[in-house]
Amino acid sequence: MTCTDLTEVYRAEYGRCVATLTRLLGDLGLAEEAVQDAFATAVDTWGDDPPRNPGAWIVTTARNRAIDRLRRESTREARHAQSLLLHQADDEEVGPVRDDQLRLIFTCCHPALSPLAQTALTLRLIAGLEVPEIARAYLVPEATISQRIVRAKKKIRDAGIPYRVPEAPELPARLAPVLAVLYLVFNEGYTATSGELVRTDLSREAIRLARALAELMPDEPEVTGLLALLLLVEARRPARVGPSGELVVLTEQDRSLWDRELIAEGHELVRRCLRRDRPGPYQLQAAINAVHTDGPATDWTQVLALYDQLFELQPTPVVALNRAVAVAEVHGPALALAVVDELDLPDYHLLPATRADLLTRLDRPVEAAAAYDEAIALATNDTERAFLEDRRARLEV
Amino acid sequence: MHYLMGVRIDESVLPYPDDELEATFARVGAVNDEMKAAGVWVFGGGLTPSDSATVVRRESGATTVTDGPFAETKEQLGGFYVIEVDDLDQALHWAEKCAEACRVPIEVRPFEGIA
Repeated sequence: MTCTDLTEVYRAEYGRCVATLTRLLGDLGLAEEAVQDAFATAVDTWGDDPPRNPGAWIVTTARNRAIDRLRRESTREARHAQSLLLHQADDEEVGPVRDDQLRLIFTCCHPALSPLAQTALTLRLIAGLEVPEIARAYLVPEATISQRIVRAKKKIRDAGIPYRVPEAPELPARLAPVLAVLYLVFNEGYTATSGELVRTDLSREAIRLARALAELMPDEPEVTGLLALLLLVEARRPARVGPSGELVVLTEQDRSLWDRELIAEGHELVRRCLRRDRPGPYQLQAAINAVHTDGPATDWTQVLALYDQLFELQPTPVVALNRAVAVAEVHGPALALAVVDELDLPDYHLLPATRADLLTRLDRPVEAAAAYDEAIALATNDTERAFLEDRRARLEV
Repeated sequence: MHYLMGVRIDESVLPYPDDELEATFARVGAVNDEMKAAGVWVFGGGLTPSDSATVVRRESGATTVTDGPFAETKEQLGGFYVIEVDDLDQALHWAEKCAEACRVPIEVRPFEGIA
């Protein structure tokens, strides 16, 4: 077994194993230690002959390791945990394992934890990313990430955050942060806050987690909607950056570069959501992206109708700004500019960038240049900044 | 587990105008009864304003007594509950009801231990 194989097993199985061990041990910290012990043993013993079911092997080994560890401790809690462990059946438990994972996702994204802690915990415990990988992805020092994870785990233990899937009445409120974390992770991979434009691995992790969640909760249309949204945005990735690394906007993208398979899957998921007729923000955004990826050109009237619906559910300035782009296509740039000028979105570079584009189309180059300057000053991503500088340079001022 | 639910009030504004006082008491009383009926109630009560507070310090064998709250901030503890429930989600469920009844934020904190 090669090092890459083992890394892949780790990625695929870590979250699942920690989730199961957390149920068995009732403690996240102990569960993680046991799973890490088991992986360390795997490195030493698997060699060229890995077990048929690596996940089951890790869980069994981790459970035995935890029993050994608890035997060495003499506290009452340790003895209690040990007897619980010894009396548990050692079968494959497909059903409970799925529930374990769901429980852990809801624990990691509990609203009592800060959004950053939710993200870091989800990447560490569910996606199985190592602390240095998370730190690199978010361009923060490793110490910051590990400190955040340690603190979050301490709060889970001290504050008594339970390991359970919320019941139906609380589910919508509790599902929201889970979906928000996956969406954030995807977006960070799609338009990194700083440096180069995309970090493919973060987007891939987000899609993997969204797939797992959609499989675990097939009756929640917003979960399906989020997965569809991520797939349809991901499908356009190959066309989004030009030959010399420059940003290519949607209307100028080479559609033959789009991933047909992802688009087909995304469209099917959107259709499935629409049949349920319980629209939510993620489903509507997925539907908008389905229109963008349907046929040779975007049907902007349909996009605008969907944005109207989205704005009704989520009357935020960011939604209003995106809606204004559709207004420009359907009713012309003058009307869109009137909408944009009403918006209050300080420090958001896409507001002046959108204004600049509308002003250019209205043949008001001097104001457009000023708006581009404002957008350039606010943009933090190198590729986006280069794109804005190029657009500004093309103006005839 | 035991949790403290602290009622956070802004003392620079009058929390409940006179004409709302009775309705507020009725709402809070109803939630208190509900907590007692559910068997989660341990103790609770409202506090007088923080200008009635006194701080006692022991330093190098001497005692000093000073007037006023420990920290002179706008936000003060207006009252509190101690409840006993299984986990944070259950505590948050009661905190939501209290926040609705008191119309002010509730801070939920677990006890580390209870004497």
